[in-house]
Amino acid sequence: MIFSKTLLRQRSVLPGFDLALGLTLFYLCLIVLIPLSAAFLRTTSLTWPEFVDVVTSERVVASYKLTFGASLLAAIVNAVFGLLVAWVLVRYDFFGRRFIDALVDLPFALPTAVAGITLTGLYSGNGWIGQYLEPLGLKVAFTPIGVFVAMTFIGLPFVVRTVQPILEDMASELEEAAATLGASRLQTFAKVILPILTPALLTGFALAFARALGEYGSIIFIAGNMPMVSEITPLLIITKLEQYDYAGATAIAVVMLMMSFVLLLAINGLQAWTRKRQGK
Amino acid sequence: MKVCPDMSSIAPPNLPGATKEPIWVRYLLISVALFFLALFLFVPLVSVFFEAFKKGADVYLAAITEADALSAVVLTLIAAVIAVPLNLVFGVSAAWAIAKFDFRGKSVLLTLIDLPFSVSPVIAGLIYVLVFGLQGWFGEWLSAHDVKVIFAVPGIVLATIFVTFPFVARELIPLMQAQGQEQEEAARVLGASGFQTFMKVTLPNVKWALLYGVILCNARAMGEFGAVSVVSGHVRGQTNTLPLHIEILYNEYQMAAAFAVASLLASLALVTLVLKYIVERRVQRELAQAKDAGVAA
Repeated sequence: MIFSKTLLRQRSVLPGFDLALGLTLFYLCLIVLIPLSAAFLRTTSLTWPEFVDVVTSERVVASYKLTFGASLLAAIVNAVFGLLVAWVLVRYDFFGRRFIDALVDLPFALPTAVAGITLTGLYSGNGWIGQYLEPLGLKVAFTPIGVFVAMTFIGLPFVVRTVQPILEDMASELEEAAATLGASRLQTFAKVILPILTPALLTGFALAFARALGEYGSIIFIAGNMPMVSEITPLLIITKLEQYDYAGATAIAVVMLMMSFVLLLAINGLQAWTRKRQGK
Repeated sequence: MKVCPDMSSIAPPNLPGATKEPIWVRYLLISVALFFLALFLFVPLVSVFFEAFKKGADVYLAAITEADALSAVVLTLIAAVIAVPLNLVFGVSAAWAIAKFDFRGKSVLLTLIDLPFSVSPVIAGLIYVLVFGLQGWFGEWLSAHDVKVIFAVPGIVLATIFVTFPFVARELIPLMQAQGQEQEEAARVLGASGFQTFMKVTLPNVKWALLYGVILCNARAMGEFGAVSVVSGHVRGQTNTLPLHIEILYNEYQMAAAFAVASLLASLALVTLVLKYIVERRVQRELAQAKDAGVAA
């Protein structure tokens, strides 16, 4: 009864608000909020200088650089190719289009460990792809480039799936008007189509970036995990945990959580912008 | 006798290609997109099965029927069988509260439900170690009562629930919001009980979205690696799920066996994609109907 009296803005003939909200909040607290708060409370066992020491130590900073840089690069590649794939899937008809449309979600459906060992096999020196890259002096597996490849794989569907519906809904009148007014096809794309797609494109980019930042399973197989070179931040958390350094592991986790929360807010803002642009 | 006016004189001039790209641009874009997808999606998918059968069907069968592999299958199924229904009940009740009522703090609640998706799987495992681990909040109490959560099955189940937490709720909330509450209100006014209203009005309206959420939730539950890896003790035959079993085999250089087990999960992913493809269209139809009804009303 407490929720319907305090929170409800408008009375309703429908029943079950107290039960539904009560159950939702109980489960949310039990599974998500209380355990997550443990991470923040646990860091208080460290003093501020100790905390700063842990999260800015040389090895940790090297892992931020790798994780952040590779995620950013992977998200950029996914934004460019995701836009291209969405465009091709919506605008052109070709043999196998539906099959490919369904296949785009593979990185969501394929368990990360499977993706990890598969990509490592493909890009290692005697793998299907690696054997052609190695003579060119390009080593992918067990280097930072491998981290980038795995991140690109797992982030691939995000941009396609955020841009695709906007492109499908786009009224052809806009492009016709631009053409009638004398715009070239490239001008129409750059000045009419791209601005409409921008919020969705940025949302997809941010989603891919956030996913890559926290990714673990597909990366540890291909990265080689050399300290200072190809060690990602989530792996450092596990390393500390295995050494029973709970405070250290938690401190790094808190830094990552803060980054995730900032990104989550940014994504929420971008999605609101997308909806506003779509007039929904 | 009616005379049809000749429209051709006032029809807009036909401009072929004004809103289309030249054919060579089209083919170039399609080729580049297909090359990218082939390299990143198709080749990896094919190579899983190729590597799995490289040493013959005997090695393949031996790898997936070995005792440790079978116990990993069982544990993976246990985790999914517990996590999916719990998240289903949560998803339905969250969607009912959020979509059918107007209350303060709704947008905060929506953000919090999405939270597990933005948390790294490793951190998802870590937080349960901090709560239930030996040095955690309940660690002493649990070990005094001889209950093992971390490095045991309950921890694996908890971590799986966390990473699959939002799936069902996310699919249901937008659809139920678009559908509004008029139909349920009508049922209530006509004398249906709350439970009848839910079973006969709400549930049939959202059945495909519900199924869609369950499919996605299940795929993630069976495939989760990072979170489960932190809370599992990696004990062969006891606390290994299929993804963890793959890691062990791989680290022992049993490549054919690792890929054989991986091919099981890859097959699951393919089944998921097919189901997703079939159900997705019905969900879109449900959503389109809800929106049309909203516009008409």
